[in-house]
Amino acid sequence: MRRNTPVQLLETWLDRQLENDARDWLHAQLPVVAAGDGDRALFMAISFVQRRLGKADLTLDGSDLTAARTARPGWDPSDWSVDQAARILLLLEGGGTGAGFAEKLKKLMATSDVAETITFLRGLPLYPDPPLHLARAREGARSNMRPVFEAVAHKNPYPVEVFDENAWNHMVLKALFVGSTLHPIQGLEARANPELASMLRDYAHERWAAGRPVTPELWRCIGRFADSEALADLDKVLTSGNQLEQQGAALALADCPRPEAKGLLAKAPALAAAIEAGTLTWTTLGQHL
Amino acid sequence: MFIDPHTHMISRTTDDYEAMAKAGIVALIEPSFWIGQPRTFVGTYIDYLSTIVGFERFRAGQFGIRHYCTIGLNSKEANNEELAEEVMEILPRFALKEGVVAIGEIGYDEQTPLEDRYFRQQVELAKELGLPIMIHTPHRDKKRGTQRSMDVLEEHGMPASKVVIDHNNEETVNEVLDRGYWAAFSIYPGTKMGNERMSEIVRQYGAERIIVDSACDWGISEPLAVPKTAELMRQRGHSEEHIRKVTYANALAAYGQSGQMQESDWLEPAAIDQRTLYAGNSILRGGQEPKVETPKRDMSALEIK
Repeated sequence: MRRNTPVQLLETWLDRQLENDARDWLHAQLPVVAAGDGDRALFMAISFVQRRLGKADLTLDGSDLTAARTARPGWDPSDWSVDQAARILLLLEGGGTGAGFAEKLKKLMATSDVAETITFLRGLPLYPDPPLHLARAREGARSNMRPVFEAVAHKNPYPVEVFDENAWNHMVLKALFVGSTLHPIQGLEARANPELASMLRDYAHERWAAGRPVTPELWRCIGRFADSEALADLDKVLTSGNQLEQQGAALALADCPRPEAKGLLAKAPALAAAIEAGTLTWTTLGQHL
Repeated sequence: MFIDPHTHMISRTTDDYEAMAKAGIVALIEPSFWIGQPRTFVGTYIDYLSTIVGFERFRAGQFGIRHYCTIGLNSKEANNEELAEEVMEILPRFALKEGVVAIGEIGYDEQTPLEDRYFRQQVELAKELGLPIMIHTPHRDKKRGTQRSMDVLEEHGMPASKVVIDHNNEETVNEVLDRGYWAAFSIYPGTKMGNERMSEIVRQYGAERIIVDSACDWGISEPLAVPKTAELMRQRGHSEEHIRKVTYANALAAYGQSGQMQESDWLEPAAIDQRTLYAGNSILRGGQEPKVETPKRDMSALEIK
């Protein structure tokens, strides 16, 4: 298969889906913003997108998503909308590179509405010079607006590639604080670390002390690094938690290399068998959350 | 189902949102305004406008309420020339944001030359962008201030059908309707309108082009003014059609001219909105009352978990 660039793919998908008027408008804007004559043309075009093109879901099939992954590993536009695709296309066409691009993005985000904020954050994996946009990404990952947070954290390869350990750990923890989920975060296994495991265990104990529930996904980042105290926590969840909590504890025990973990998991033979058979995974658990 | 087309939710609590959603408010409009404390930098103005197109929109969405706003330089702060110049420069960057339904609230406070200058510039901006206008009529010297606002709008060729004149009373309504404008009334305890008086005005003038709002803000005001007025009008024998017009349909018709506000936003929200912004119901068909899931909390419970 021929390898397309993200810009080519965005243009193809939009051309396929937009009505004539909308498509003509977009094609009239692209050369204007690409000419790069000051910020105004680019900012105006991006502002007008939602009024000119609407905000329908972008219609993509399996081969489009494969093409996206081929063009840019980790890129997952599966729930993008038309306005998001068009705004990111315009920014890529008219944003230039290097510090100039970073400055434009910063300016755009200083006056963006909530839909634009989500858009620009979803676009992070496609921008030139990724490290230059770290401050934007971290701002998004600090947001209390769940959809803004998720624009960075979910289905986005930027954090796993660019965040340092502290930024990564706080993003994972923040997901729990805004009531979000962990399974759409790319690179959870790859970036798991003992520090995060310890932060998450503290969080679980804080929740238990307050009589509040703890998401079963949390144990996913703990299993590999579980010490005897963490194993005691997992034992407790496995024997006294609700169904999903027990599943989480069993999966974490299966991830744990310590021999004691095997013994604990044996207390739940049905779950152990499901894990062995591949019918219980972190992904299947995530689908119930 | 109600629309409150004038609310300053940035000054209100989540209790208000919860109560408004429960009372049947499906959409509201947040005009840019004076936040009580004068702003001294354009930066704080930018952050304010960013909040009403950003975080506040998200906050409302959590309660299943659709949030729209109007963008403008208010008349009080128009008197700070240095600030006003800088604000005028950044306004076009906000006026095209999603959910911006008008330029407003603009008009006069003390009817100074600076207020006049920036009022006129913003009328021109609304014309350039094809947006409706929301007019704030002054508290002091109200009748003449209202007339002057309409004179200026006409001088600039702004069609009356795209302008809502707000904060009317018994003294201004006749001329505002006569000259073809939408006439809005703020049901605000102690200063602007009362709803018993509102009911009488609809009895006298009918429901065409009349709009009821709360103008709830940082003062002692009533976020349930629109649903309460509807109920009071019902008890006073007004027809359901009149009630629906003044508490829902007229606001939708006036601000819907922006192309940014339509019934389907809350009756059949776009899938992308449901995933990202708006916690309203997902399975609604046209005309059906939205059933909104708001966070459930017993307000009278002593225990706080």
